[in-house]
Order: sequence, then C-alpha cells, then structure tokens
Amino acid sequence: MDREIQRSESPLSRQSRPTPTQSSAEILALEPVGAYHRLVLDTGSDVAARVSPGHFAALAIGGRDSSMLLRRAFSIHRADPGAGSIELVFAVHGRGTKALAAHHVGDSVDLIAPLGTPFPLSGGPVAAVLVAGGYGSAPMFGLAEQILDRGGRVGFVLGAASADKLFGVGLARALTPHVAVTTDDGSYGSKGRVTDPLPGMIRELGATEVHSCGPMPMLRAVTEIATAYGARSHTAVEEAMACGIGICMTCVLPVVGEDGVTRFERSCTAGPVFDGTKVRWEDAGTLPAGLEGADAMNPHRVPAR
Amino acid sequence: MSNIDMSAPLGSHVTLPNPVSTASGCAGYGRELHRFVPLSSLGTITTKTIMPYVRSGRPTPRMAETPSGMLNSIGLQGSGIDHFVEHELPWLAEQGARVLVSIAGERTEEFAEAAARLKGQPGVVGIEANISCPNVANRGLVFACDASSAYETVRAVRDAADPAQPVYAKLTPDVTSIVDIAAACTQAGADGLSMINTLLGMVVDADTLRPRLAGTTGGLSGPAIRPVAVRCVYQVYAAMRAGSVRKVPILGMGGITSGRDALEFVLAGASGVALGTVLFNDPSAPVRVLEELESALAERDFTSLQQAIGFAHTGN
Repeated sequence: MDREIQRSESPLSRQSRPTPTQSSAEILALEPVGAYHRLVLDTGSDVAARVSPGHFAALAIGGRDSSMLLRRAFSIHRADPGAGSIELVFAVHGRGTKALAAHHVGDSVDLIAPLGTPFPLSGGPVAAVLVAGGYGSAPMFGLAEQILDRGGRVGFVLGAASADKLFGVGLARALTPHVAVTTDDGSYGSKGRVTDPLPGMIRELGATEVHSCGPMPMLRAVTEIATAYGARSHTAVEEAMACGIGICMTCVLPVVGEDGVTRFERSCTAGPVFDGTKVRWEDAGTLPAGLEGADAMNPHRVPAR
Repeated sequence: MSNIDMSAPLGSHVTLPNPVSTASGCAGYGRELHRFVPLSSLGTITTKTIMPYVRSGRPTPRMAETPSGMLNSIGLQGSGIDHFVEHELPWLAEQGARVLVSIAGERTEEFAEAAARLKGQPGVVGIEANISCPNVANRGLVFACDASSAYETVRAVRDAADPAQPVYAKLTPDVTSIVDIAAACTQAGADGLSMINTLLGMVVDADTLRPRLAGTTGGLSGPAIRPVAVRCVYQVYAAMRAGSVRKVPILGMGGITSGRDALEFVLAGASGVALGTVLFNDPSAPVRVLEELESALAERDFTSLQQAIGFAHTGN
C-alpha cells in the first residue's frame, strides 16, 4: 500500500537531505512487537512524504522540564504520506526509551524528522542484499519495496542474538523468497552470524549492492564481504547522538573523503548511511593516523606559551 | 505582542535588537539551526570556537547524558579560521546574522592571529575569546584559570582585533574567584564578559568500569549548572556595581531553557542571554525564549530589557 503512495512522489527528491520539521506529534499507536516497541506518530504535516529509507527521526523525551535533555534518534520503519504518519521501532535499553515506552496513545512527543542521509537508490533495476542485525532491519523493508518498484531484486539476511530479537522476518518473506536468518544461539534460523550466509546470497542474486544496518563490527564485516564479491556496501550506523540535527558534534566517525583525507564526519548529517568502504571502522573511537587536524590535539605540538 | 524595548548592548558602540544569542559550540556555524530558526531573528549567533588551524577534536565517545545536563568532550573540532572566513562567514552575512565569533588558540599569539583575520569582515559584530574551554589536554592552558594569563590573552585579542568589534572574554566557573578573573579581563580591555563555560566533570561507567568519555573528562552543561551560572553573573555584576570590576555587558548562559530562566540571568546582571544545551533538545528555542522573556518582562511591569538588568541587586 505504501508502495503505490510513494510511487507518486518525485523520485529525484529521494536522495537529497530534506529540510527537517520540528513538530508536536500525536502517538497513534504504541505497542510491543517481540522484544521491541512499535511507535506510530501523526506528523501533522508532509514529513512522511519526504521520508526515504534510511532517514531517521529524533524525539525529545518527557517535555520541557524533562531531566533528559538529549534527543533520541530512531530510524524510520515506515512512512505513510497518505495518513501523514511515520512508524518507528525501538528497543527499551535506557531511561529515555523506557520513558518513551511508558507513553500512551493520544500523548504527544516532540519530533524532528526526516533527518540524515538515506540509502542511495539507483534509478534502474539492481540486485541488492539487505543485511540487518536486530531491529536494524526497520528501514530495510521500505528500501526493499523501492528497489522492487524499480524492477530490481532483493534478498534479506537478518540476524540477532536470539529469536526474540529478530525484527521483520515475516515482512521480508512477504517481499522475496530470498531470506536467510541467523541467530547467535541458534534459537531461530541457522546458528551463526549474518556474515555466514551473505556470500551465498550475493552470488545467488548476482547482487551489486549490499545495504546494511546494525552494530559497527557487523557493518565492518559486511563491507569486507561485499567488497570481496564486487558489490557496493551502503552502511547505516547506529551512533549515539545528542541532537540528531548536526550541531552537537558528538556522533562523529573517521571517514575517508573524496580527496582521500580522513575527517571526523557526523553520523547525523553525512550519515547515518555511509559508503562502508569509506568508514575507517577499526579506527572508530581513536584519533587514527592521517586524521586531518589530529596533530593539533597533541599538547606538545606547540610550546606552552 | 507587548511593547517591551528588547534592545541589548553588545558593547559601547554596538546595540542588538534583542538579547538572545547561542552559546559557543551549541549551534555549529548556524547552517543547521537556520532550518529551525531564522538566524537574523537572534540578537547574535555565537559560533563554535574557531582556532587558526584545522583540529580534529577528541575521539568518541564524546558525550554522556547526566541528570538535567550533559557532558561533552568534543575538543574544539573545527576547520580553522581561514575556512570559516571563506566558507561559513559569507553565508552567515547573507542570512543577515549578527555573528559573535568564538576564537581560541593554544598560545596568546594564536588568539591574536584568529582575531586579526576577522578584521572588517561583514557579519561579524564581535569576538568571543574562549579562554576557558575545559576540553584541552593541558589544564594549565585554560587561560581563564589564571588572572595574569587571562589578562595577557584578552589584551592580545583586543590589540589585534578590529576596533569596531567588541571583544568578549568567556569565563569558567572552575576558579576560586571569578570576580578576580573578570577584573583582569576588563582591565585588559574586554568589552564584555561571557559567563559561564561548562564545568569540568566526568562519569565513570558502572558497567564497563571505565570513564564514559574517551577524553576521560568533559564539560558539564544544561539546567544542572544554572544556579552556578546565575551566581557567577550576580557576583561579577555586584563587583561592577561596587566599582572593583569595570562595568561591561555580561552575556549570561548556563542551562537556560525558558524565558523565565533567561530573566533570572538578566535580573542577576546579564545584558544578553545565550542558549546552549537546550538547542540540542529544542532547536527552535531561541524564538520561544525571546517571546517568553518579553512576556515575562511585561508581566513584571518592565518596559525595557534595560530596566531589568541587574534588578536583583537593587534595594540590597
């Protein structure tokens, strides 16, 4: 259903970073889905029409006098331009998400969306494998629909620690017969990691694109495999952010630019979707060699006055 | 709306249409914020601190949420003053923004170098010398922790800067007597004082058993520090009234989230108010806080911002 609605949108606008809108969004639905929560928000505007797969939303928790000041960022699972609503999936793992889960239908939350750089979509038909860990799969089904709409083919590799942490296996199977599922403990699908079935899936589909979302070690491993099989790797990172809109500078990763120089780039604006071959995964959390301006961090660079 | 005169002095020659600014490091160079608030509607936008050279900033994690606050450990990431003047400032000027440029260096000469580069630049209404960033490797280099270092640095910036551009000194509360530092800065020629920078803090992660931030320590900001900030503004303004600190405008900041919070700073002695951490939560806060401040003044029968500045000191 989403598909028909989204088709009427301008396909050219999808790659660009749209202007985000801040609004008070009413909660239309909030319910547990397996180990996660599904949250549907009425954006009251054209926000949903501007969403592309990979965009995210940033929510303020608890109103003006909240002791939790930082926005929480969630990738957008679904956007329904007809209804003006967007759907998020989140896991309760801290005070903020716990407070969010305690909201009720009819409550309002302060929403900023859409944010970030989404997954790139080529105009023509492509074969792509979509890889996700846990609820990192949230944006992948909308992405799959858009690839299918363009006459392409998709396969899914979904993984999680255990069966209850998988998200959207049924959604994936409804879209394509090519679905592989792994769990660390073997409680669902095959025991192992998403990287185990990935090479076979790339070969089976003749995939030239691999889109992934999940924890950084996974994105790094997926990129290595995709590159080895001649496919491009588009990775959506899950970095902690304070604002989501590009002003706090907390969510940076070392990324190699077109000029070959490594810089700290913001996951919220340059990402969350990066070319996986440009992210220096092994160097995240460090000041790696060749990082522009890292020399200025050395206290001995200049004499102390 | 009300007919309150919201004009605010930035320096002896510069008056702003309103007192609301952004706190350095909380609004980048304005491009992202402009999508939520037209920059021309702010009294000034204070930029992220700019050094003469490119600086990567610290590794991640750079942030930790704390009760009613946060720690940041960005470490002055930036592309340098030349990049700013060539690529950011023209855009800011085009938007009609009044820009207070925050500058820093590791040495006094570097502060002066950055200040000199801003001479005559359109859009620049003033300079804020960030002599108090806590996220530097050597705490001994926090100039605002020592009166003679603060004097020397502010003097160098004032000498190097365009005479038409007021120079503000940004102070840290992490000192024994902020009044002594304020006195040194105004003696050195500071045209205004920005108070306060973040407080040095840290979080130890009880799960990983290690410091949460890659830089170990970070700067604490948000409503948690507001009483400290109000105290600093009040003490320095009191010293100005007593004549022990030369009277200059104070740009007050530290955990402001509403017009009522802003009024607290004004009553304590601030001529301007800057919004910092609140922007991460509510990027449209500047317009809201300005409206709320205007209403709050009207409700208390003030007819101008000017009348309310330092009002908490009267009758004492």
